[in-house]
Parts: sequence; C-alpha cells; structure tokens
Amino acid sequence: MDLLEYQGKQLFERHGVPVPTGRPASTVEEAVLAADEIGYPAVIKAQVQIGGRGKAGGIKIARNRDEARAHAAAILGMDIRGLTVHEVWVEGASEIASEYYASVIFDRSAKAPLLMLSTNGGMDIEEVAASDPQAIARLHVDPLLGLQDFHGRRLAYEAGVDADVVRPVGDMLAKLYRVFVEEDATLVEVNPMIVTPERQVKALDAKVTLDDNALYRHPENAALRDISAEDPQERMAKERGLTYVKLEGNIGVLGNGAGLVMSTLDVVAEAGGAPANFLDAGGGSKAEAITSAVEVILSDPKVKAVLFNIFGGITRCDEVARGLIEAFAQINPTVPFVVRLDGTNDVEGRRLLAEANLPNVVTESTMDGAAAKVVELAAAVPA
Amino acid sequence: MSIMVDSATKLCVSGITGREGTFHSLRNRDYGTQVVGGVTPGKGGQDVDGIRVFNTFHEAVSHTGANTAMIFVPPRFAADSILEAEDAGIGLIVAITEGIPAHDELRVFNTLKKNGRARLVGPNCPGILSPGKANVGIIPAAFFKQGNVGVVSRSGTLTYQIGNVLAQRGFGNSTIVGIGGDPVPGSDFIDVIAMFQEDPETELIVMCGEIGGDAEERAAEFIAANVTKPVVAYIAGFTAPPGKTMGHAGAIVSGSHGTAKAKAEALESKGVRVGRTPTEVAEVAVSLLGTAA
Repeated sequence: MDLLEYQGKQLFERHGVPVPTGRPASTVEEAVLAADEIGYPAVIKAQVQIGGRGKAGGIKIARNRDEARAHAAAILGMDIRGLTVHEVWVEGASEIASEYYASVIFDRSAKAPLLMLSTNGGMDIEEVAASDPQAIARLHVDPLLGLQDFHGRRLAYEAGVDADVVRPVGDMLAKLYRVFVEEDATLVEVNPMIVTPERQVKALDAKVTLDDNALYRHPENAALRDISAEDPQERMAKERGLTYVKLEGNIGVLGNGAGLVMSTLDVVAEAGGAPANFLDAGGGSKAEAITSAVEVILSDPKVKAVLFNIFGGITRCDEVARGLIEAFAQINPTVPFVVRLDGTNDVEGRRLLAEANLPNVVTESTMDGAAAKVVELAAAVPA
Repeated sequence: MSIMVDSATKLCVSGITGREGTFHSLRNRDYGTQVVGGVTPGKGGQDVDGIRVFNTFHEAVSHTGANTAMIFVPPRFAADSILEAEDAGIGLIVAITEGIPAHDELRVFNTLKKNGRARLVGPNCPGILSPGKANVGIIPAAFFKQGNVGVVSRSGTLTYQIGNVLAQRGFGNSTIVGIGGDPVPGSDFIDVIAMFQEDPETELIVMCGEIGGDAEERAAEFIAANVTKPVVAYIAGFTAPPGKTMGHAGAIVSGSHGTAKAKAEALESKGVRVGRTPTEVAEVAVSLLGTAA
C-alpha cells in the first residue's frame, strides 16, 4: 500500500523524524484555515500518489490568505496524470540550504534492507543513478543486526554531506530505518531531505510503501487506504476478497493461480487481443466465488467478451462450471464467454456446461485455442 | 533419483489439525509420503487419522525422527513455526502459507542462512513432488508421472499446465519444485537448478519465472557458468503494467526493473530457450528430449 505524502509525514512524526508542520485539507475553506493557522508563507501540495506534482502545478506557495484560497481552489479537483486531487497538504514553507536524498529499500535481490544517501536531492533518483552512480552512497544492513550508528556515519561521510550535519543526517537515517522496520514498510524515501539555513535536517517529502501482508499488526495504518485513488472495480473486488487488477483492454479474464492468469493475459495479447483485467479466482474456488468474480469482471463496461482459463489442481472444474451457470442465472450476461476447463474434474465440468446449454458460452480444450477464440469474439462485438 | 523429497522423507506438518492442513497431510500420505507427525500447540497427544500430533517440533522430532517439515499455519504464526522447525533440527522446511509479512520472511531467510542447517522452500508455494516417491504440499500428483524432467517454478498452476502437456506427450518428472511467489523465497532458481544439475535422473530442466525481482536474470548467469543440462524457460507477465502486484506478492514490475522482457532476454542471451506460451515450453522440452520411449 502506497501512502500519500502527508500520511507518510504523519507516520514519520510518530517516530521522531523532523518534518515541517502541516495539516491536510479536503476543501478550500479547510485549506485556508490551515494556512492561517500555520502562518505564511505556506505551501499547498496536491496529495496524489504520483510523481511530477510540482511540474503539473500541484504544488504552490501562498504568501497570504488570498493566494492560499486561489491555490487551494486551483489544486483541489485538479487532474494530475489521470488522478483527481481530493486532498491537499498545507505546510509551513521551508528555507533550504541543501537538498539531499535518503531512502531505505527492501532489496529482494540481496535479501536485506538497502540504505541510500545522496547530496543530489530534489531530482529523480533513477536519473542520478544512471548519470552519476558515484553520487549515491549505498549500504546493506543485516536485518538480524539492525542499523547501527556507524552505518549512518559511514553513509554520511561517503555521500559527502556537509561536515556539520553528519550527526543529524545519521540520526535521520536511524529514524527512517526504524520507520521501515517498525511499520513493516517496503520503501521509505525522502526526496528532498533538506538542510535549513539554521542547519536543521528535515524531511520535506515522504514516500512510503507498506507491506499489505503486515497490515494486520498495524490497524492504524490499515485505515489509511486512499479509497479515492482506487478504481471502482478494484475496490469492489477487494471487498469481495478477490485478486483483481484493472487493465486497459476489453477482454475480461478469469483464471486460477497468479502465474496462470498472468500467462493467460500474455497469450491473449499474443493472439491480438487486449485484456481488461487480471483476476485470480484462487485455489479451491467454490461456485459462489466464481459468480462473484463474474459480477466484478462485467461491472467494467469496456468488457466485450470474457475468457475463463482454468487448470484445476485444488480448484475443481465442476465447481467452476456450477459458478458460471449460477452467474448466468443471476446476472444474465450479454457478452460472449469462452471457457477452457482442464485438470481436476474437467470432464464433469464440461458436461455440466453442455447440459446447461448457456447462451453465448463456447468451450475450448486448449489455452491457446481459447485465447484465439475470445479475441475473435471480442472483435466481432460492435463498439 | 530425485531432489529434496523421496521415499526417505519423514514429514511433520505444522498446522496439521487445521482444515487445509488435515486435507493435504492425508493426501500426501495417500500418495505414499511418510507423514510421521504433526505439530499444533495445545493439541499434543491427539491424532489426525492416526498421525500423532505434538505440541512442539522438538518433541515431534525426538519421537518420530522427522527430517522434513511442511508449514500450513496462518501467516501470523508461520515465521515462528519455520524458525521452530529449524531450531528442532529439521533439514528441509516447505512453507505453503501465503501472506507472510515481508519483514518476517527477511528475518527467517537471514537466520536460516546464518545457521546453515536447514533449507527453506517457499513460502507461498505449492510444495515439492517427486513422482512415484513423495509429495510434500498441494501439487495435484495425478497430472505427473515419474521421468527425467526437473521443474522449478514460481507459480503452481502454470507448473501443472506445463507438466500436463509433458505427460500427454509421454514425459515425466524427476522432481517438481514450487519455490513460491513471494519477494523473499527461501530457495531460488539457482539453488534448485544446481540440485537438478547434480541429479542423475534429471536430463532436462524447465524453469517457470514471472515478473518481479531479478532471480531469473541471476539464474541465467548461473546456468551459463555451471549447468550442462538443457534448460527451457517460461516467463509470465509480458503484459503486466508497472507498479501493480499481479496476484503474487513478488510479482511486480518496479519502474523499469523486473520486466518479463528483460528476464527472457537475459535467459536467451545465455542460450536458454524461452517458450512464448506454456504449451510451447512443453513442446520445446519434448523436441530436446526426442520422442518418448
């Protein structure tokens, strides 16, 4: 789960990471009130989970109440690369002497947390890494040992931070590492981390990704879900406990097992089609889960045809067939379905489908054949 | 021969008294696996269809001589259960549980690595099957028969799909290893491919990868330097959009990293044949092995 900037900063604050004082606001009035309270100049920042907010006009400095009102009115409701701004974060403007970059990343390859520090802050770090890899100091931390003071010192010296802030930068890294571990984060990134003219070190931005699998031990974080950023189908699927990802195309896809579904999307694309979604009905899916999944797939108006690709292991093909028959009874879909049932109880599943004689349902015996068929049927449906 | 599990496997199941744990333990036993015990704290002394239940792994090991553990407990107890099995001296731990927090997996991985006593397969995996010998996990054994193809995969159902096509063409498997779809697998492609290289029964290796991480790229380097047996690969997720987790916690393209294209290219550059569809992978494997006897 990706947090919004202000949610990340609030998390930072709980762990003693210095951040500018600020308040969230979802209306112009709230934003003006917040700016009044914080004092001017204040920064109004769009809260969306996407980079390039500044360039898109989503971050503005207000020197007085009129400007705060005008900026908040312009930013709230703004579209930034497809995401609508529902909230702004209003914070006291900071004076900046230096901009650094700091992050803690879950390094899957090394199987250890990776700490990175650079004095080239405020820029796209992937660009810095590509153009000047020496500008980023890196260090893996043994997760069984945890971050020690020397780690922070060493990184600060290697990155070449100003000598007088080596200690506060080290402290900052220690606190960010604590956020990473104690909040079960997989990414904690601060860009820029600033040094003020008074030589204070502060996190001016916050990018935090939390591990969904660990939310059960952080109920306060689980409540932070940014529902406004979620797609309606994805939200519906989540509420029903289905693994669904919305895609751009018009062919609905359902399969069992993440790998098989990913592979099905590829095979559909290879056959010239465009999948509308990823939906993993999971192992051992019962008929009700299938019915529920069909509802989610069809709630996307772009869907012109649906492909079921089931290879039954734990999942039984007859259960899938019953679910599909039930779905037809309940929602009477108008788009064509192509169904490939193979594996456990496949003969029984195909027999049930044949007996039910559902309108618009074609069965295919292979994955490649089913993909070709669904692409053909989707293309035949008038737009 | 086969790798990891065979007729010498003595399995102890953590979470054997749960619904799924019971179901699959009995299925594994029906297949012929020696299921010697189970562990559920507080239920020591009971039995599951004749399989004795213990309160702790230590007790189970000392009474039964178990050498393999299967973990079926819910995610919040799984890391602890894996560490307990390792502490009790079990040499192979197969973790089926999906949804273990990533930081727990990191702690478990690094602890096992530091101690160097046990191998972990999974978490979030379908287990290990050596056809005709032992089944540890949830792989539907009926689709597979004994043979000379070793399979290592991040995905369960894709493995069944490929194994089924091979079986239809008359080929079987030495061992099928599901390494799982999580970001920190206990064993990765390299560990398992190295074992297949040493296994006399295995004549061809199929690896099934997917988006996310760089395990496939590292495997490509390893194969080029160390593997003389033919390897055929499949990568799922060419059409996966960046930044979206595709079902498996580890299946995510992060920025420009972890794409299926980069993985396929890395493998092909080292001479590994990459099939475009699961069916094609099986066909390439068949053509390399020649017609079945």
